Amino acid sequence: MLVSLYRYNPETDNAPYMQDVELEIPAGKDLMVLDVLNLIKEQDPSMAYRRSCREGVCGSDGMNMNGKNGLACITPLSEVLKNNKLVLRPLPGLPVIRDLVVDMSLFYKQYEKVMPYLVNDTPAPAIERYQSPEDREKLDGLYECILCACCSTACPSFWWNPDKFIGPAGLLQAYRFLADSRDTAQEERLANLDDPFSVFRCRGIMNCVSVCPKGLNPTRAIGHIRNLLLQRAT
Amino acid sequence: MVNSVTNLGRSGVFDWLIQRVTAYVLALYTIFLFGFILTSDVNYETWSSLFDQTWFRIFTLLALLSIGAHAWVGLWTVTTDYIKATLPRFLVQALCGLTMFVYVVWGIQILWGL
Repeated sequence: MLVSLYRYNPETDNAPYMQDVELEIPAGKDLMVLDVLNLIKEQDPSMAYRRSCREGVCGSDGMNMNGKNGLACITPLSEVLKNNKLVLRPLPGLPVIRDLVVDMSLFYKQYEKVMPYLVNDTPAPAIERYQSPEDREKLDGLYECILCACCSTACPSFWWNPDKFIGPAGLLQAYRFLADSRDTAQEERLANLDDPFSVFRCRGIMNCVSVCPKGLNPTRAIGHIRNLLLQRAT
Repeated sequence: MVNSVTNLGRSGVFDWLIQRVTAYVLALYTIFLFGFILTSDVNYETWSSLFDQTWFRIFTLLALLSIGAHAWVGLWTVTTDYIKATLPRFLVQALCGLTMFVYVVWGIQILWGL
């Protein structure tokens, strides 16, 4: 199998380049892409990538595999391999620190903007804030995001305006708190989103939905935010 | 909140709503014109008697204004996506704005034969 790797070390390379590596994969096994990277790292320890839990929970190893973003640890080779070739690139649109490691600062900055925490001005109850099972159900499909950045870095609107458009990951979390019955800052949250960039730069391309490794639907959440903004303004 | 002063309505939801509403107006106008061309004998008399009616002049002016607003929201989005340097972006936006303004004023002149 041929693996084409994006390599860039700013300390030694003037420009990024693609490195081809021939790899023997044991027959009868369907490895995950992360296993392939680990095999490569055994041969060449200078290869840099992030990984941690290796089971699709931590969101560290988001990368571009044969043109599609995903988590290397839960993507089987059989799913991505084309003509026995695998091309691995860093997540598109973010500055590369080294090899497959990207600088996620902009991504986190957008996430921070949506106040991703519960705001409640009423006095704290003795034990906990109750929520009915029906209200809790509204958060399903929203809270599961692991912030791997696969969706936002697959979004052309985020590529062109990563400093202004919050991006699918941040907006999914924005709606997660807008939809929370215990949150009291809905007006402030909506006021922060009502500009032509933060939410409305979404053109419904839906790359986010197609790449999300957790099967979430940021486009639907963005539609809900738009409806809330519309109700607030009309 | 991202500040912007060059978009149509200062607010994202306003721009979004205007673009949807104007799209309906333009669709209705297009369908009407197609219907007219298909169902009547198009010659100078029928065409000028259509445009002699005040309601149709108002409808046409509404369509013209809708094109202006719709195109401004759309082209503003395209220019802020693809033209990163401020001066060229502003110049292109100004050119688009000027073109739409000319079309609207010229359209009024044609419609009412001023």
